[in-house]
Amino acid sequence: MNTTYSSGAMKPLFIRGPSLVLRFLFFAVISLILMTVDHRQNYLDGVRGVLSVVIYPLQYAVNIPFLTYRWLDESLSTRTALSKENTMLREQNRLLEAQLQKFAALETENMRLRELLQSSKKVGERMLIAELLDVDVDPFRHKIALNKGARHGVVPGQPLLDSTGIIGQVFHVGPLSSTALLITDPSHALPVQVNRNGLRALVIGTGSFSRLDVPYISKSADVQVGDLLISSGLGGRFPPDYPVATVTAVERDPGQPFAKISAAPTARLERSREVLLVWPENSSSRAAPTPADAEAPKSAAPVSAQPGISFTPMSVDALSEEVE
Amino acid sequence: MILLSFVAAFALTLLPLPQWAQALRPEWVALVLIYWCTTAPQRVGVGVGWSAGLLLDVTRDALLGQYALSFAVVAYLAVKLHQHMRALPLAQQAPLVLALIVAAQALVLLIKGVTGQPVWGIGYWLPTLSSALLWPAVVVALRGMHQRYAALK
Repeated sequence: MNTTYSSGAMKPLFIRGPSLVLRFLFFAVISLILMTVDHRQNYLDGVRGVLSVVIYPLQYAVNIPFLTYRWLDESLSTRTALSKENTMLREQNRLLEAQLQKFAALETENMRLRELLQSSKKVGERMLIAELLDVDVDPFRHKIALNKGARHGVVPGQPLLDSTGIIGQVFHVGPLSSTALLITDPSHALPVQVNRNGLRALVIGTGSFSRLDVPYISKSADVQVGDLLISSGLGGRFPPDYPVATVTAVERDPGQPFAKISAAPTARLERSREVLLVWPENSSSRAAPTPADAEAPKSAAPVSAQPGISFTPMSVDALSEEVE
Repeated sequence: MILLSFVAAFALTLLPLPQWAQALRPEWVALVLIYWCTTAPQRVGVGVGWSAGLLLDVTRDALLGQYALSFAVVAYLAVKLHQHMRALPLAQQAPLVLALIVAAQALVLLIKGVTGQPVWGIGYWLPTLSSALLWPAVVVALRGMHQRYAALK
């Protein structure tokens, strides 16, 4: 085996010993300090932000072939296919609009009833569409990278939705991009309630995209297969009343103190291309995303921020309560 | 040249793979680091390893410093062993690389355990195996680039 290397004209045979050990110790101590500081506090978010800007071009570059493929796929699809899709979408839109009319009426009725009960519950959240970067973050965690960051008003802990339910929450925010934790990650827990009877529970990720655990439910509790679990808003992080999962299995083992309940997420966690970032109404005074989004490097989302995207037709005084 | 190979390694780390292949993704950055630590130990050492690890921490959204520390260890061991490595044929270098990456992964596992991050089962060690298996290919590719670059200069 030929082991000659043609890297440099002359190089010392031995590397100075002590300096290597010293350098290693130096860097080891720095890493230990970094880990200690980063574990519980968030003083290092600035450092992470700067480094994420270094990584972002690379993430973007890796993303480009997939973007091009999708663009080609879209521009090469035939006219008939497009018109068929268009009719389908128009039908769907009409259906949703019809449903929304009903919702508006229900909404006002709900508000009126709540006023009678003198318990106010505000609806209305601001939303922004973010695209997933087609990159793998960590093979052993359920994390995703998004193309919106602090410049668009994204904050850590912000909830993420898609059209069918809750996906996860923003974890770290860089200036141009951010990473989010999915609800199926084993370190993620989400307060929910059973839509049918209001029973409160926690939904914990398992590491599988199709299964969530619902622990600590007593065996006598009224939970059935097919029950919809919606977010309860109790943690203060997720907006209430969004669908999270449907119960797929309930196992009541007499030897165990709690029932063994598993559920399947309603959101298409591994398939969504675009996600909605939600600003709950109590923090809507934060940086408005509209102006920054216009000058964003990739403002592919035409619908940037729609104030009160949820249910606009409301009584005037209810609308004026929303700080927009 | 060195920078370019590291950029390529990070790109390969980020490249989306089908789900079955994700668990098999080799530690590209560690492989490139070991290559440069054994071929050019005067230029690439603990410092470069640490910086690459820190960037990987940000890429993987992990605890800042966990890959930095483990890659500093890998770089230290690789620089220490570089004369050994050079004397061995490629097929026999692979077990040594396996040992280095096992050390790095074990350190990361330890840190994850201490800080209470969830860890997977036996699948966690698959990247280590695939890295060692791909080591000869990495060496051939990088050496080819290296020699062509040197010839151009």
